[in-house]
Amino acid sequence: MKKFFIAVGREAISFFYFLGGLANLTGHTFYWLFVPPFRKDRVFEQAKKAGYDSLLLVSLIAFFIGVILALQTAVMMQRLGSEMYIASIVAISIVRELGPVITALVVAGRVGAAIAAEIGSMQVTEQIDALESFATNPIKYLVVPRLLALTVTVPILTIYSDLVGILGGYLICVYKLGISSSMYLHITFDGLQLKDVFTGLFKTFFFGMIIAFVSCYEGFNVEGGAEGVGKATMRAVVSAFILIIAADCFLTAIFYFVFP
Amino acid sequence: MIDIRNVTKTLGERRVLNGLSLKIEKGITCVVIGRSGCGKSVLLKHIVGIMRPESGEVVVAGKDVPKLNDEELDQLRMKIGLVFQGGALFDSLTVAENVGFGLIEHEHINRKELLERAEESLCLVGLCGIGNLMPSELSGGMKKRVSLARAICIKPEIILYDEPTTGVDPITADSINELIKDLHDRLKVTSIVVTHDMTSAYKVADRIAMLYQGKIIAEGTAEEIKNSEHPVVRQFVNGLAKGPITETLGTFK
Repeated sequence: MKKFFIAVGREAISFFYFLGGLANLTGHTFYWLFVPPFRKDRVFEQAKKAGYDSLLLVSLIAFFIGVILALQTAVMMQRLGSEMYIASIVAISIVRELGPVITALVVAGRVGAAIAAEIGSMQVTEQIDALESFATNPIKYLVVPRLLALTVTVPILTIYSDLVGILGGYLICVYKLGISSSMYLHITFDGLQLKDVFTGLFKTFFFGMIIAFVSCYEGFNVEGGAEGVGKATMRAVVSAFILIIAADCFLTAIFYFVFP
Repeated sequence: MIDIRNVTKTLGERRVLNGLSLKIEKGITCVVIGRSGCGKSVLLKHIVGIMRPESGEVVVAGKDVPKLNDEELDQLRMKIGLVFQGGALFDSLTVAENVGFGLIEHEHINRKELLERAEESLCLVGLCGIGNLMPSELSGGMKKRVSLARAICIKPEIILYDEPTTGVDPITADSINELIKDLHDRLKVTSIVVTHDMTSAYKVADRIAMLYQGKIIAEGTAEEIKNSEHPVVRQFVNGLAKGPITETLGTFK
């Protein structure tokens, strides 16, 4: 029993240590965000890695999600004889919830892991110390461009994944369930309100920030060699997943209760 | 030029520097010797301000490093070139971009000028024409040389070398030693070389200081250290398995 409480206490301390470290990194990053010089080239380079290079993966997953959602919804709607509402359900589910979350999780798994591994390798090979020795702040050089890139690319990827997901649903409904193309598109865009799009996209800015901060934090805190880099990469992905879902829950609750 | 007074530093539960004091005059090459893990690299990181001491003073070019603000520290760092043990070259940049890193960051020079200045530094270390290669294409010895080229590219007043000959073959090690001497003579810089390679130490040193249990226990010319009567120094410089160092191993906290 005593061992159990010690283990729980230890986990709680390490969790608060993690949150403290993350808050510290966030504070420093927002400070360095406004300190010149501003290097756009580094932001574009990171945006390409995070956004453009993720397009194929996001396309595949969003398309499959759209297809699955249409098929699952069709089962219930066919029983009720309301197949035409599948379009509306698919669109609202994707735009409000599935598009933002699935995109963020894909980016966390693909880009967040790469960032943690890259910065972790730099840490164990003294490249971070080398940056400092050249009077270059590692947060300004490494974290700021990644934060800006992810904060911009995750929302853009989400818009793209929303469209691909709706396309997946469209293909099933039009070519399998026999709903006419014009009817599907009409119900899709008629059912969607500006608020749906806004609530979906608003969350993605926070998801982008979470991925950037968590993966950079884990990268900077690598200890040991290759094993440490592997562990940090795994921790970055797991922590980002948990924080993205928690933030989604929190923000959805805010939208539901405060701006119904 | 560099005056370290009573510096203490603890990493984890281990006191790595324990009241260390060391004074290095301008234009001198001082070699700090000691066993692996005795705190030699930690000492270098204190000089360049990457680590801060718990107590004591680290005065470099008349400035107490731990008390400097970020801007002052950056100005000081641009006067110091640090050559890392493994090179610490930036994987994502070419050799030329690595060598000219300090210039890109602080002098905002154009690409043409960068390539010229980087090539100039690369030629000084005997590696002309490799600016377009990536660090992954270089051997261990070449990485160390490129790291040295990167350090001298900013025209430093002080160069710090962290184990410059470790992990390279004896011929490359000797050419690196020649390079350190040559750069010292040509650029008139103050140098600190930390190493446990006594051949290298005797070759490049004006002064040698031995770091043991977090303190400098002996200091002198290469000849004085070679003939030292201090039992710890004797065991170390002669590479003996038995002696006071191995007897007290593990008791120091």
